[in-house]
Amino acid sequence: MQQTWDIPPPPDQRAPDPATFNGIVVEGVSKSFGPKKVLDGTDLLIHKGETLVIIGRSGEGKSVLLKHIVRLLEPDAGRIWAEGHEVSALEHGPLMDLRKRFGFLFQGAALFDSMSICKNIGLMLEEHTDWPRRRIRERACECLRQVGLEGAEDKLPSELSGGMKKRAGLARAIVMEPQYILYDEPTTGLDPITSDAINDLIIQLQKELGVTSIVVTHDMPSAFKIADRMAMLSRGRIVFTGTVDEVRTTTHPMVRQFIEGRSHGPLGAF
Amino acid sequence: MKTILAAIGRAVIEGLSGAGRGLLLLRAIVLQTHHAWRMRREIAEQMQVIAIGSLPLVIVTSIFVGAVTAVQAVYQMQAYVPMKFLGTVISKSVFIELGPVLMALVVGSRLCANYAAELGTMKVTEQLDAMNIMAIDPVRYLAMPRFWAAVLMIPVVTVFCDAIAILGGYVASVMTLDVSSGVFIEGLQMFYKHSDLLGGLIKSFVFGGIIAMSGIYFGMNTKGGAEGVGRSTMTAVVGSCLSVLVGDYLLAIVLFQIVFEKT
Ligand SMILES: Nc1ncnc2c1ncn2[C@@H]1O[C@H](COP(=O)(O)OP(=O)(O)O)[C@@H](O)[C@H]1O
Ligand SMILES: [Mg+2]
Repeated sequence: MQQTWDIPPPPDQRAPDPATFNGIVVEGVSKSFGPKKVLDGTDLLIHKGETLVIIGRSGEGKSVLLKHIVRLLEPDAGRIWAEGHEVSALEHGPLMDLRKRFGFLFQGAALFDSMSICKNIGLMLEEHTDWPRRRIRERACECLRQVGLEGAEDKLPSELSGGMKKRAGLARAIVMEPQYILYDEPTTGLDPITSDAINDLIIQLQKELGVTSIVVTHDMPSAFKIADRMAMLSRGRIVFTGTVDEVRTTTHPMVRQFIEGRSHGPLGAF
Repeated sequence: MKTILAAIGRAVIEGLSGAGRGLLLLRAIVLQTHHAWRMRREIAEQMQVIAIGSLPLVIVTSIFVGAVTAVQAVYQMQAYVPMKFLGTVISKSVFIELGPVLMALVVGSRLCANYAAELGTMKVTEQLDAMNIMAIDPVRYLAMPRFWAAVLMIPVVTVFCDAIAILGGYVASVMTLDVSSGVFIEGLQMFYKHSDLLGGLIKSFVFGGIIAMSGIYFGMNTKGGAEGVGRSTMTAVVGSCLSVLVGDYLLAIVLFQIVFEKT
């Protein structure tokens, strides 16, 4: 793997066999949009049960990376493995089965704006279970309660504020009790108190349901609170991975610049 | 004029190059049709949107189509053709040509723009991605119900248009053109052939498919933001109208030169 390690990787992170690795392996993924190379040989490991936070400046391709993991985008080169299955080679049926075990919170929430919040959240249950409508509604309301949106079930997405949409999107992502949840900026646009409640929810999902999470965020307090490990994406590659303590004490100049929020440093200002 | 022609030419070329991928989408939609019973509520909802939403447009268009045809026919026939053929002329033009084509252009444009803008907005706001992630196929959940709603409803709307247009022609003839009611009705019945009505309906089935495919295809392939939605909506409507006219010509040859020739 071509990673620039600030500290030597623990032995288990040195290129495991992706076919037997119980987690997610991103192996040399490259992706260009037209002439613009967004990902350029990105390598990343996500262990089962951990919360990995991806940091990096906006426009670096963090959302693009998340989308590759669930194959919303196809890599130009490289491969992605989840639980020993090569995601980029799965047939339609197994891919659908895999996706049912993933929850995805979009950066812009991506709620279906012709459907009520309740229908948005319950849609997966409607489609993939034979639950009666009442039970689906109860489960949707339960998820809304978990994100602090009780009483919003019969509203339309257009009637919610940006932060409320994000939380409704989160409720939708967790409704099927997925084993993996990918969060794209879960706390961006939320007030500090709600942000912290969302952090607690992310931690609770990990502790109680053993969820494996990948969280993209710029919110450093949130990152330090929820992360088991952090990874930094810059210029299309993961330039650093380490535990929270390692991030706090690292001398890696890019990471220091980012967590200290300075405009001078190796990352540049613009 | 040159720029208009160039724009039309470009639209046609884009339309043809997209046609291949459009056919693949059509195949995917047809392959999802066995889910139609499960999706019946969505199909019914879309049919209702077409029926109720288009009603005023259909009524006004149809009345005037009938009335104008009557006025024009009387003007052309004066002194050459007996007035008893007026009803024949009106019913044949409405059943075979005006009903199916005008409904495909008027109601069809409305519908096509609706599909393209709605699906295009869902595409650019990542709602289609969200649906994919939830292991729900957007072709089954969104495209298939819309396609069948259009294919089923455009002929219904056309029949409705045929009836109102004949009525409009009758009223205009009797009230303003000095044609007696009996003569008009005699003309209607005189050369009536089932194949005229049937041919028109077959055309409108096909037009329904063309309209739906154009709206769905351009909507689902929208790129960019609000501007992209505007662009794909425009392309979808232009593509739908041109394809309807070209398709009308081809169907006219197939249906009235070959299939119904002997009857
Ligand atoms: N579908 C797309 N088409 C073209 N360019 C894209 C697309 N998605 C993302 N990009 C480009 O990729 C880059 C990274 O985007 P993104 O992953 O959203 O960044 P971020 O790290 O802020 O989440 C941006 O420059 C963006 O313009
Ligand atoms: Mg992003």
